[in-house]
Amino acid sequence: MAHIPDGVLSLPVLAVGTLAGAGGLWLGVRKLGDRDIPQTALLAAVFFIASSLAFPLGPTSVHLLLGGLIGLMLGWKAFPAIFVGLLLQALLFGFGGLTVLGVDLVNMALPGVLLAMAVRPFIKAGAPVRSASLAGLSAALSVIVTAGLVGVEIALSEPAFAPAVSVMAMAYLPLAIIEALVTAFVTLYLLKVKPEMIGASTFIGTVP
Amino acid sequence: MAADAIDAAARISPLDRLDTRTRVVAAVLLVLALVSLRSWALLGAALIVGLLLTKLAGISTRQTIRRLMHVEGFLLILFVALPLLTRLPPFVEIGPLSLSLPGLERAVTLVLRISSAALVVLPLISGLTPIRLGHALGRLGLPARLVQVFLFAIRYIELLRAEARRLHDAMRLRGFVPGTNLHTMRSYGHFIGQLLVRAVERAERVNEAMRCRGFAGRFPLVTLERFGIVDIGAAGLACLLVGVALLMDRF
Repeated sequence: MAHIPDGVLSLPVLAVGTLAGAGGLWLGVRKLGDRDIPQTALLAAVFFIASSLAFPLGPTSVHLLLGGLIGLMLGWKAFPAIFVGLLLQALLFGFGGLTVLGVDLVNMALPGVLLAMAVRPFIKAGAPVRSASLAGLSAALSVIVTAGLVGVEIALSEPAFAPAVSVMAMAYLPLAIIEALVTAFVTLYLLKVKPEMIGASTFIGTVP
Repeated sequence: MAADAIDAAARISPLDRLDTRTRVVAAVLLVLALVSLRSWALLGAALIVGLLLTKLAGISTRQTIRRLMHVEGFLLILFVALPLLTRLPPFVEIGPLSLSLPGLERAVTLVLRISSAALVVLPLISGLTPIRLGHALGRLGLPARLVQVFLFAIRYIELLRAEARRLHDAMRLRGFVPGTNLHTMRSYGHFIGQLLVRAVERAERVNEAMRCRGFAGRFPLVTLERFGIVDIGAAGLACLLVGVALLMDRF
């Protein structure tokens, strides 16, 4: 649902979103050293696969977004990683449009990256429960912010949609809860198995 | 590489004779023009252009329909709510529901726009293999590192998917059935965590192997594609279509 098809958004919204997406991408690529290339690509691949996992929810199922977790692990490099994922989803499955790639990128990457910045200093292998709860909280919030961004963009493009958008945003609440719990469990697992992937002082892949 | 094998086996359509860069730029241009069109007749014409392109690319009717269903699905919630909820003047009142004429008009415009955009993008972009697209993006001037990440990801998605399948099989053999409960969330958490651990360990090995071979940030992008006479024709045609459509929409 985070994928907006081509043709929905108006040109001004597209322009602003694309500029913001390009900006984030630029920041991310600047942080991308030679040695980070395989790592970012492999993590992008994992997120691509994990986001195609269908999580059962009553009679239907939802797909995970994992924006919070990506932000936590990669920082600004989340932008290139998510960009790659979106491009492949558009190419292979036809999810999301072509001209909206920049907008989708901002929707998916920005909340996770910013929330991760706030939460990251408190994530330590020594305090797994606190770390996992914080990671879960930031994952839930980033889903909600993503939903909010999608809603605002649609409402700005087509003001008649404004009332419908709030109905749509409600659909994200169960996903936010599931994301929070799954992200918390991933964090717990990583802190136990390979804490340097999530709890170290630098983002993974950043080699001094 | 797996993705290249698909490339060789794929049928050659007339669109494949174009430089991939032409296809990408033309698709973006056409869709941007569609977003600004308001006239139903022009949007209808765009729908026909899209259908012609789909035929030209030899995309099956089933695939086309599936794609259209997917994009319309996005609109479903908005759609049900739009004519009902919009605060524009109503034209029909059925009990508590009121259908509004402007709301319906917008809805029709939007469906036409989204469908024609999907029909343009499907043959021009979705017919491409990821590797072709990656190379084209590199030659269009995207940062080399970003293109490298894209090309690596294509390669590793296949490998990691095999790994994911093995992990998933192991879970199923132990009797795991997904449901809406904490156990499923914990299992998926560990599943994703383990996949991440394996990916990072693999990345370390790949990194070492690449550094052994003197990797310095980029690989050469080799391609036989040239911007030729067919491309000039196609690009000219796309520009003409966009120009005429935009002019006609204004008057």
